Amino acid sequence: MRLSDRAMLVTFAVLLPMPALFSAMGEPFLTVVLTRALIFAIAALSLDLILGFGAMVSFGHAAYLGIGAYAAGILAANGVTGLEVQLPVALAAAGAFALVTGAISLRTRGVHFIMITLAFGQMAYFLMSSLSAYGGDDGMALAGRSTLFGADPFGSSLRFFYVTLALLAGIWALLRAVTRSRFGRVLTGTRENETRMQAIGFSPFGYRLTAYAISGMIASVAGVLLANHAAFVSPSYMGWARSGEMIAMVVLGGMGTLTGPVLGAIAFILSEEALARLTTHWRLPFGAAVVLAVLFTRGGLLGALRGRR
Amino acid sequence: MKRITRISALTAGLVLTALPALAEGVKVGVMMTLSGSAAVLGEQGRDGFLLALEEMGGKLGGLESEVIVVDDELKPDVAVNRARELVESHKVDVVVGAMYSNVQMAITGPLTEAGVFVLSPNPGPSALAGAGCNPNFFAVSYQNDQPDEVVGAYVSGKAARTFLIAPNYQAGKDHLTGFKRTYTGEVADELYVPLDQMDYSAELAQIAAAAPDAVYAFMPGGLGVNFVRQYRQAGLETIPFYSTFTVDEVTLPAQKKDAVGFHSGGDWAPDLDTERNRAFVAAFEAKYDRVPASYAAHAYDAAYLLDSAIRAVGGNLADKDALRAALKAADFDSVRGEFSFGANHFPLQDFYVTRVAERADGKFQTQIVEKVLEKPVDAYAAECPMK
Amino acid sequence: MTNLLILQGLNGLQFGVLLFLVAAGLTLIFGVMDVINLAHGAQYMVGAYLAAAFTGLAGNFLLGLVLAVPVALAFGLVLEWLVIRRLYDRSHLDQVLVTFGLMLMLNEGVRILWGSAPISVDLPEALSGSIPVWGTLRYPVYRLAILGAGLGVALGLWWMIHRTRLGMLLRAGASNRAMVSALGTDINRLFLLVFGAGAMLAGFAGAMMVPVISAEPDMGDTVLILTFVVIVIGGIGSIRGAFVAALLVGLVDTLGRSFGPILLRSLMEPDMASQTGRTLAPMLIYILMAAILAVRPAGLFPVQR
Repeated sequence: MRLSDRAMLVTFAVLLPMPALFSAMGEPFLTVVLTRALIFAIAALSLDLILGFGAMVSFGHAAYLGIGAYAAGILAANGVTGLEVQLPVALAAAGAFALVTGAISLRTRGVHFIMITLAFGQMAYFLMSSLSAYGGDDGMALAGRSTLFGADPFGSSLRFFYVTLALLAGIWALLRAVTRSRFGRVLTGTRENETRMQAIGFSPFGYRLTAYAISGMIASVAGVLLANHAAFVSPSYMGWARSGEMIAMVVLGGMGTLTGPVLGAIAFILSEEALARLTTHWRLPFGAAVVLAVLFTRGGLLGALRGRR
Repeated sequence: MKRITRISALTAGLVLTALPALAEGVKVGVMMTLSGSAAVLGEQGRDGFLLALEEMGGKLGGLESEVIVVDDELKPDVAVNRARELVESHKVDVVVGAMYSNVQMAITGPLTEAGVFVLSPNPGPSALAGAGCNPNFFAVSYQNDQPDEVVGAYVSGKAARTFLIAPNYQAGKDHLTGFKRTYTGEVADELYVPLDQMDYSAELAQIAAAAPDAVYAFMPGGLGVNFVRQYRQAGLETIPFYSTFTVDEVTLPAQKKDAVGFHSGGDWAPDLDTERNRAFVAAFEAKYDRVPASYAAHAYDAAYLLDSAIRAVGGNLADKDALRAALKAADFDSVRGEFSFGANHFPLQDFYVTRVAERADGKFQTQIVEKVLEKPVDAYAAECPMK
Repeated sequence: MTNLLILQGLNGLQFGVLLFLVAAGLTLIFGVMDVINLAHGAQYMVGAYLAAAFTGLAGNFLLGLVLAVPVALAFGLVLEWLVIRRLYDRSHLDQVLVTFGLMLMLNEGVRILWGSAPISVDLPEALSGSIPVWGTLRYPVYRLAILGAGLGVALGLWWMIHRTRLGMLLRAGASNRAMVSALGTDINRLFLLVFGAGAMLAGFAGAMMVPVISAEPDMGDTVLILTFVVIVIGGIGSIRGAFVAALLVGLVDTLGRSFGPILLRSLMEPDMASQTGRTLAPMLIYILMAAILAVRPAGLFPVQR
């Protein structure tokens, strides 16, 4: 078994009993915090598919988080709380947005790709900011928690945690399968050597665009969860700073692996929460931590594990 | 013991009174925006509340108090999480907050559903005043539209054509709506600018081209600082400037002379002539070395309101109905003089038009020009089912 | 209408010139050093705070400005020496993260030092007020001064890049880095110089804007994003591209904001028009960038590599 897989199984095994541990410690609220970290782990995983495996640095990935959140928010505001409707709508909207913007963005390379994805992300952000029927810039409270065929999967913080964990595990398994399929190998191949892939008869564009769409769709699932977690939907989910934070999660965790982004997201959210409790000036130590982490570790958290082995 | 250590660790870096929890104490969450460039308002609110608490020796209504100050970062999703933490981890009885309407809308639902009382030191969104009024929510400030209605009424007799400008978000639209509700003249034009814009040269050119009789602006915080200074630089000061939340004690230290003579409207000013207010302003200036703004005054009032209510129920916080009735009675000595709550838990109080002036000590403050409205009922109160 | 057009044109040019000052450094750092510097906007902010602080000490804005510029340069040099030089052999992603971290630290640092309230500076007496430019049309003197100073710096840069040895090295560095160092140039010193100069130009822009917009934390973030848009439209590494793109972005943004709604009103209902205008105005430059990149993926003036 690969190191990445083993690390992931250990991670799941550690996460599983956490809520029980937290309530034994008399800190049940930490379960809520950890759930938020897991939601971002899903988002970071989706970004890693294009960033780590496909070498496409998207600086507008938060847009898909927002599309998912607004799909849940707008449908709930119109009385549709069923996930059986919300999820397909979120996936379809995210997929469509990804196909259209991806088809244009993928014409560019490198830094230009970063900037054009940023541009599309900002457009989505401003569009939602001007949607005054749904709160505009202020955002809106979620009219009702999402349900699943009448059941209430987000009813308690405990249930929410395990539903999120199960989704994370499922998406991890799905992406593991995708990256090891022929499709995944071609995608990784275009990252390593584009010309060679073209020479042996693959057109990278189609593969890249498909990966870009899958990635956006998975991120929208995290968006639906985030809307339910905060009970609130806001354009601030889609700002460029949030996209930057997601890149940080992936790179700090270890890009191009499926465990790295999960660890990175958990470490990122937990340290942000911890520092914010210590001081209102938490951005200073947080920024310093990011700088030092990148300068003195290579390959992210997972790389550090690997190095110690 | 563990609990106490954790709380002090949690609040390190903040100036606050974290007293050890007693079994029969009262726990108050103070949620303000304390980071980012919007923090100036939150700092005023926090300081106003803590000043009152200090004057009362750390007690509220005779109970030992424990205050947990949290930063909402002006992000509604972060605020909701922190609010849930206040309920679930700290088991607070009351939350004093927030500073901005979008945060207020996000936290009020989750907090009140959990049985917590929410006292707002600034936002009074229309959604909480009308059909969505909430038995556990009290606006210690005003309904958001009221200051604008005051200025609108005042300007009606003075300018035939007024040019309106506000940032492009919900509160911006609400404030201009409030102005137009009472303004009887003609609206020359209405401009909405992005929230993160700092240079208003294009808008000022449009104002100059329209040549209105007056300008009405809702440009809160840093927006107001830049807008007012550039208004003066563009040589537009011959056009009378009316506003709300654009020239106040938070922005004046940066606007200084540029804002002198500009008008604002509200329920309070540092020179409001009540004995209680004179004492408050003197104490605030002595402790923090700056002029208090309405945000501090409201938070200060919130502390004394809370004190009066807890005293009225004899410290029995479990009896929520009695506590609610005691809060509603508003039996405390407000810095604003006469103060009571209407059926929708929004205040009935007088409103004034103010003007910026330089004091003898070189500091700047708003000063009352005249009382415009006497105890108006807000425009949404009729829709509130609470009686 | 003509008057308003001229006025808004001047405003757009002045905004564009300001963007150019920030973008010039960013595009050189990017083009010559191949470093993505997200902390560049924070250096604009640092310049603004330095000018405000020195003006407070010296009691005179022009003196404050003169003091702020060398300190901004020194600040850039120290930053390069401490952090940035460790990034030359790193991937773009690592650079993005480190400079993102630096940006957070600088934003919070000024907040700790100067508080979160905006700090303003009075206009110098000689440059306050407005002068007639066209018939009855008046324009603030100080904004004309910004326009003039920006154009002056642009001219100076053009001269330096096309007429001096240093400029030749910079042009060579932007298209072939290995060649420059193979020719025996101390590449480390060149990089130090470029980064310092970039920080100084951004700081100068921030310092000049202080009397207009006052210094506050996070003020560099919006400028940073706009500057990235500018250098990508212009073609990374190209000073000429940055200049053209900066003026283009400045004009499109300013004119779009003020004439967009008027234009829309002739096409649709007034209510609908103002709603659409409010939605489109902030998106305009991003639409412009996406459109230009869709047609010319390497920007308007791509640097030959």
